[in-house]
Amino acid sequence: MNFQMQNFARILQFSVPFSRSFHQCQPLNQIQLLTRLRVVDNSTIGKEAMLEGRPPKCIHVYNKTRIGTIGDKVLVAIKGQKKKAVIVGVKQKQAPLIPKFDSNNIVLIEDNGTPIGTRIHVPVPSILRKILKERSVAKQIDFTKLLSIATKFV
Amino acid sequence: MLRRAVLQTFRQGLAQSFFKRYAVSLTETTVTHQPIETSDEAGEKSVPTQKTGDESGNTVVVAPPEFRFIYPEFLPDPAMERRNRLREKLERMDMLQRRSVIEIPEFYTGSIMAVTVADANSPNKFARFVGICIQRGGSGLRAWFILRNVVDKQGVEILYEMYCPLIQKIEVLRLERRLDESLLYLRDALPEYSTFPMDMEPERRLNNSVVPINPLKVKLRPRPWLERWERQNLQGVEDLNLPQRFYDRAEKVAKPWEKYDLMLHYRKTIPAEEQEKIFAEVHSQLQQQELKRKLRRRRGSDNEY
Repeated sequence: MNFQMQNFARILQFSVPFSRSFHQCQPLNQIQLLTRLRVVDNSTIGKEAMLEGRPPKCIHVYNKTRIGTIGDKVLVAIKGQKKKAVIVGVKQKQAPLIPKFDSNNIVLIEDNGTPIGTRIHVPVPSILRKILKERSVAKQIDFTKLLSIATKFV
Repeated sequence: MLRRAVLQTFRQGLAQSFFKRYAVSLTETTVTHQPIETSDEAGEKSVPTQKTGDESGNTVVVAPPEFRFIYPEFLPDPAMERRNRLREKLERMDMLQRRSVIEIPEFYTGSIMAVTVADANSPNKFARFVGICIQRGGSGLRAWFILRNVVDKQGVEILYEMYCPLIQKIEVLRLERRLDESLLYLRDALPEYSTFPMDMEPERRLNNSVVPINPLKVKLRPRPWLERWERQNLQGVEDLNLPQRFYDRAEKVAKPWEKYDLMLHYRKTIPAEEQEKIFAEVHSQLQQQELKRKLRRRRGSDNEY
């Protein structure tokens, strides 16, 4: 069963002289394998990785479609380690009323859902409250703990 | 003899209507850099309802010409495949109904706005976002605009559909226009050009009749950029300072003949006669709503004293 995600990319018409036009679309900005992400909590490992210019890379998206959006859990490779994280903001075009950010933001978490950092200084979408609550109920892990360290909701 | 006369008048009529459309589309495509009068001043200064006579001698109500700038979403999508007169009429009725409930003010790309939305996920059930309008589009009930702001050094953009029933309030904090119709280049600009305080107060305009054009030229961050801005003829950015090969390539790829393509512009716009018809239809109700709001505001300010 293939779950088709709502795709907000515009199809572009591009014709190269002396050849048939080929199909292009605008960049989808999806979070998938090997996407580089930005850690937005104040965990030591996150801060060090962002400072030294080697941001974490996504190596697995815990999703049927393997494409991550707001609220999805991902596995990232950060400073030679594997850590789980939750996506709290994406560059991808969103549905109306859902904010779109200028960078793909993640918050590092442990296996039981507790965030490693103690504060998120970047605004976080308020739709996360609903998404994480549903996910916590489905998976019996409390993902909503990271909402308590968020400072601002947008 | 009679047949020739009839054919002549038919051809004259065709030519006249063609040039009328062309005149309208030309003024629309050459981006109006002249300040636009708002309906406030126009209403006080001149007769808002121009009653012209048609062939049979009946008076026809015509809306003021600035309506197509203040209410652009009442004009349908010009693409012929998507036109449906009945649907458009029903949508206009629904739009007027929504406008009678909530005030959807006049705004342009470059205006700073605050939108309050009913949000079930937030503790106080309302979410307010302040930002600059970087783009607006859509037609009918699907009309939308995008607000951009930089909050805690993070750029955030939210798309709002103007007629969404979840929207509680749309305020225009600063009504102005910029030199471009789309400010998407603010994503590649220095963050200070997109930063506006969330607790910004609405600014009172000194001159109510004319919407000012902010001639600000924005500085972009060094490349890489999200789009090839050098190919887009942007007025509102400072000199891009790119190597000459970028501009050479832009010239090769450019389509300078498009501004002479009459049929292209015709297909992209709604003809003048149809615009007049549409705005004449909605004009009286919009004016009534505007008057009611003015009265409410004056009564509100009187009650303050």
